Amino acid sequence: MYRYILQRVFVSIPVLLGILFATFALARLLPGDPCRAVLGERATDAICDAFMERHGLDKSIPEQFAVYLQEIARGDLGNSIRLNRPVTQLLIERLPMTVELSLAAMLFATLIGVPLGILSAVRHNSAADVATMIGANIGVSMPVFWLGLMLAYLFSITLKGTALWLPPSGRLTAGLTVDPLYAGWAAQPEGLVKAGLEFFSNLYILNALVTGNLELLTDVLRHLILPALALGTIPMALIARITRSSMLEVLGQDYVRTARAKGAREWTVVMHHALRNALLPLVTVIGLSFGSLLSGAVLTESIFALPGMGRILYEAITARDYVIVQGFTLVVAFAFVVINLLTDLTYGFLDPRIRLA
Amino acid sequence: MADVAVPSPAALDSERLSVESMSLPRLALRRLFRRRSAVLGLVILGFLTLVAVFAPVIAPYDPELPLIGIEDVKKREAPCIHALGCPLDRPQHLLGTDGNVRDFFSRIVYGTQVSLFIGLTTVSASIVIGTVLGAVAGYLGGWTDNILMRLMDVVLAFPQLILAIAIVSMLGPGLQNALIAISLVSIPAYARVVRASVLSIREQDFVSAARALGASDAHILFQRILPNAITPLIVQATLGIASAILEAAALSFIGLGAQPPTPEWGSMLGAERNQVFTAPHLVFFPGIAIMLTVLGFNLLGDGLRDALDPRLAQSGVKVKA
Repeated sequence: MYRYILQRVFVSIPVLLGILFATFALARLLPGDPCRAVLGERATDAICDAFMERHGLDKSIPEQFAVYLQEIARGDLGNSIRLNRPVTQLLIERLPMTVELSLAAMLFATLIGVPLGILSAVRHNSAADVATMIGANIGVSMPVFWLGLMLAYLFSITLKGTALWLPPSGRLTAGLTVDPLYAGWAAQPEGLVKAGLEFFSNLYILNALVTGNLELLTDVLRHLILPALALGTIPMALIARITRSSMLEVLGQDYVRTARAKGAREWTVVMHHALRNALLPLVTVIGLSFGSLLSGAVLTESIFALPGMGRILYEAITARDYVIVQGFTLVVAFAFVVINLLTDLTYGFLDPRIRLA
Repeated sequence: MADVAVPSPAALDSERLSVESMSLPRLALRRLFRRRSAVLGLVILGFLTLVAVFAPVIAPYDPELPLIGIEDVKKREAPCIHALGCPLDRPQHLLGTDGNVRDFFSRIVYGTQVSLFIGLTTVSASIVIGTVLGAVAGYLGGWTDNILMRLMDVVLAFPQLILAIAIVSMLGPGLQNALIAISLVSIPAYARVVRASVLSIREQDFVSAARALGASDAHILFQRILPNAITPLIVQATLGIASAILEAAALSFIGLGAQPPTPEWGSMLGAERNQVFTAPHLVFFPGIAIMLTVLGFNLLGDGLRDALDPRLAQSGVKVKA
């Protein structure tokens, strides 16, 4: 097992290096002059030269790349040109929102998608099966931004005044504030510990659970439901489809017939014998879905006015703030590679044939 | 990414022998038409193609013409359909008017042309490039294969839409640049599919035979191997059109793709997104149009996958004893 893990990690390294170079190159290729984009069209050449020197933009490309790698190794993603703040700080503020949204969406997708898929497979060709598959086909064909807008309309206009009303935008009701986890501590943390604690404090659900702040928890959850529904629908449809086809395949196998012949209850056969082996392709789909989830998060955050990574990435692109673009794309791509790696490892964990091969 | 099964030629052969006087394409077509979902997909796509071709006949108005001063209509008017009781002295607008007082129905109709165009061009471009890369990588193997495929891995390491957004912001917003970005990010999918097929076919006897006869590498690759790798490519392409249309709509929605006044569904949605609470029809209908188109390609793609994979033998096919 350890050899398998090491092997998988080793294979990821060239890809990670490629990503580093790609993000670096991508940002350098952004058209336009970063100096005049930040300081305005009327900045003089002298001012711009000083600006380029201050940000190391006057060096040759290989030199810039070397500096870039050194900084990354130190955990420094540079300073945003436009906002003049460290990108890591922006990540600490913005990433938790996206993490919360993605996890909520994936949770919703799995909790609904898997049972639907199982039901479809067990009641093969029944009305429930046909309805689920029609729903799943429509689900994967919907644009996430359209679904978001429609949900916002349904829950905040049509259901206005009912108990089902949900807020159409924002992460919190205006006026509500969130304290960092270390707010009441006698000794204030510093450096890395502080950064880590700030990151976890910005995971509002976790924060509310730890501090026992019920008001905050309900408010955050109410704001999170619609975006999570919108973002989770496509993965849910995919998961339902894969669960169904994979269950159908497994249910037709001899060992399932044997289990039934031994007199095992149908529930045990399905949930215990069949589901375990049907899970394998499911893990891949869930892992791969995270990629599209991150893409969808950009759109979902923009529709529901959520202050996450997607929004700031988009703003940075339009403002040619390449340091943010670089830092955020890098983090997203790294996260994606790590998730894929974890998926592969789970695969090996679930199926001994893979890690021993 | 769709996991496409590569038919093993051995299975193809036994199928050919066992099924009475029926060529593989005919057999595949028969299987395709037996699947209700695939037929539904074909019907949807046929309908959309007709709408696209006859758009000038179907659309009552010029999709880009503001009707200010031409008709007595205001901007963002709700649909007015005479058959459903809208007063006859009001001009009929099946789906209402948009923020620039244009007939929304005509814009939706013309949007079909744009969407089908987007799907077909991006996928054609990425198929050609992806096929060449995948074929070369699979056929030559060794370092070429390693470098090309690691390159593809790097592209795949980025979530597709985010990479497309980054590329478009590099090239500048516009439909053409959006198409280039979408084609670029979809190349790895095709390269992988083709490479896998080439790898499985490369060692077959008929390829060795061609080589023994002195055929050149290019001849073997393009004349002997690639025609056999086309099945999974067709499936991947059909499903690829669906995701290309969705991605283009997303890019246009955030203002990086088609620019106004082009009647593109995504940009129509993006332009009216803030009016969702006051004029929901302007958001509802473009979304339905996108969904219908994507659904058509998805249904057809799934059907093709089942029909073209000879291992999924279906009941009812006449088999010799």
